[in-house]
Amino acid sequence: MKCAVLFSGGKDSTYAAYLAKKFDNDITCLISIISENPESYMFHTPSISKVKKQAKVMNLPIIVQKTKGIKEEELKDLEHAIKKAKNEYNIEAVVTGAVESAYQASRVQKICDNLNLECFNPLWQKEPEEQWDDLLENRFEIIIIGVAAEGMEKEFLGKKIDRQMIKKLKEIRSKYRIHLSFEGGEAETFVLNCPLFSKELVVQTSQIYGRGNSWKMEIDVK
Amino acid sequence: MILLIKTPNNKFHDLEFVKPIEDILKRDNINFKSVHYTKLDKKIINIADKIIISGTSLMDNNYLSHINNFNWIKKIEKPILGICGGMHILGLIFNGTLKKFQEIGLTEVIFKNDFLGFCGKYIVYELHNLNVESKEFKTFAMSNNCTQAIKHKKKSFYGVQFHPEVRNKNLIINFANL
Repeated sequence: MKCAVLFSGGKDSTYAAYLAKKFDNDITCLISIISENPESYMFHTPSISKVKKQAKVMNLPIIVQKTKGIKEEELKDLEHAIKKAKNEYNIEAVVTGAVESAYQASRVQKICDNLNLECFNPLWQKEPEEQWDDLLENRFEIIIIGVAAEGMEKEFLGKKIDRQMIKKLKEIRSKYRIHLSFEGGEAETFVLNCPLFSKELVVQTSQIYGRGNSWKMEIDVK
Repeated sequence: MILLIKTPNNKFHDLEFVKPIEDILKRDNINFKSVHYTKLDKKIINIADKIIISGTSLMDNNYLSHINNFNWIKKIEKPILGICGGMHILGLIFNGTLKKFQEIGLTEVIFKNDFLGFCGKYIVYELHNLNVESKEFKTFAMSNNCTQAIKHKKKSFYGVQFHPEVRNKNLIINFANL
């Protein structure tokens, strides 16, 4: 099936793209939403401009849609981007990396239904432990580029997620009750390499900003 | 053994509509076997203790064109739980009719009587464009829009319009432990 992947560059949407391909779908484009609101209800925000570099190493066209990130209004921008994907790339389906958020999933479902498109959420209800196992077994190289939770300090920024890091995250979970897949926005991730990439992306420069319990790392990759 | 009947026309949808049910059963060490409705045979139906029929995506109405694949339901007595599309199948097999009713997202549902351990108000996850009505079933729960939980008047056949595998996992466990 010809599909577009709603792509943030993080672990979940990249893994959803990987699964779409594994199930013999034809990914004809990626769709990324750049939100001007860092507290967006729908979209992961840090380092989103770097998705263009990821799209390049995936050899896929990308539709980048800006939004002011105002609740519900950002859905119109998303619908506009999906319509564009339908018109320009003849997509028949949209794939998302939604795991637990009924808010995100139901809104994308409604847009797809309005546009007569199938909607696939291949990570829906997936247990975090299983998701991390799948990501690491399939050689996904993931770094943390945003933290916003007690127990997840600024020092986590830029760190690769490997088995040792998962162990550490589980310890933090038992102390601070974070969601291991960061469904509560505890952290944002960026994929540097995975089986869909023709080459590994390397961080060239990084800039850290934030305050209190909320820190982000803007990166430039090549 | 629970027979989990898969309804999605596209295997990629199994990850969304079948695997979450399988994960719930696995977590409780409940023995099950998943089979697509087009691959069913008498043997597997006969050896199952209970049957769950999954739902599928909003656009996927393929199971409605193959409703005759489910005629065996009329002849069996073992408990069945139909989820969303699975509830439509149960209703249609017992002379029901489908109506258009769309609900997407979290919705409040009120169970007037005990239904697989559920009674009172619950927030459930909905994803449907259709709803079934059959006089051979009694209604146990409603949302503002339509019927949400039904049970056959004579048999242990349960149907839910919402997706218990998303927000109300206990309903599946309670059915498995009947």
